[in-house]
Amino acid sequence: MKIHWKKARPFIWILLFVLFIAVSFILGFQPGKDISISFKNSLVEMITFIPALFIIVGLFDVWVPKEKIQRHIGQESGIKGIAIVVLLAMLQAGPLYGAFPVAYMLYKKGASIKNIFIYLGAFASLKIPMLGIEIAYLGVKFTLVRTLVSLPLFIAIGYLMEWYLKNKNFEVKTIE
Amino acid sequence: MSTNAIIYITISVILVAMSFVFNRQKTMMGLKKGWNMFKNILVPFLNILILVSIALYLIPPSIIIRYLGPDSGPLGLGIAAVVGSITLIPGFISYPIAKGLIEQGASYTVVATFMTTLMMVGVVTLPLEIRYFGKRVAITRNLLNFVAAIIIGLVVGFVL
Repeated sequence: MKIHWKKARPFIWILLFVLFIAVSFILGFQPGKDISISFKNSLVEMITFIPALFIIVGLFDVWVPKEKIQRHIGQESGIKGIAIVVLLAMLQAGPLYGAFPVAYMLYKKGASIKNIFIYLGAFASLKIPMLGIEIAYLGVKFTLVRTLVSLPLFIAIGYLMEWYLKNKNFEVKTIE
Repeated sequence: MSTNAIIYITISVILVAMSFVFNRQKTMMGLKKGWNMFKNILVPFLNILILVSIALYLIPPSIIIRYLGPDSGPLGLGIAAVVGSITLIPGFISYPIAKGLIEQGASYTVVATFMTTLMMVGVVTLPLEIRYFGKRVAITRNLLNFVAAIIIGLVVGFVL
């Protein structure tokens, strides 16, 4: 019984919601009907493009040689170095705290302080799978403008952090 | 069907076909990966759609316009930046929220600031970040990103 409950728990809100909508329609409860219409619209919107998007992301994941790029990262400096860390970050997926272990790896491989923080910035806001969803929801224009404004700003943050941390024994630790 | 859907479906069909011609096995692997990712987000995604449709019904547009609209000024910007910093909402879930906010009258500045702090500033994950970078570095990084998010919001609002 306990195991069943654990398995069912994620679905509890969905079940309650379906129940609420069903009851609303039976009793003619107008707010419930209105909510169901707006829910239906966003659901249809999602179902029509999200599966296609995940197919693209999945293919992307098997075809793009992330490890190969990772191997070359760290040594390069200058604009080329920045371009490579940004590119690597764009290929990732997941929340920001997932980037900290990669920051440790970059640090171990001798990447500059600047590039470590540029990586974090690009990871947070330029991941390609996320950009795909952002375009679908908020439009190409919004996504493009936000991206183009963000890029120089977190490169600037990289330079600021490097300037601030120079001669301050900066190190990235790993947590095991 | 929306233009978005048509574009994404077309691209995915073309890519699958191309990938299949080059390497059948890799293609199947990619499709499986994509399917698993989709499965993982499905329930949280449905939950957030439910939450958004209820919240948008309960909160009238007039309130959203007043506090998060184009004329909300520093207050709207402040609300967006602080809420974005302290909440921990996965990216893909935040987009329906952002879209709902815009549809109900929130400004681009507010939404861009909210999205950026959500992505780049993490108060909840700060303890974890401190373990990697140390207190001073982690706090400085978050502060700089907080300021950057406000600048990004203002510029995005100005351009759009």
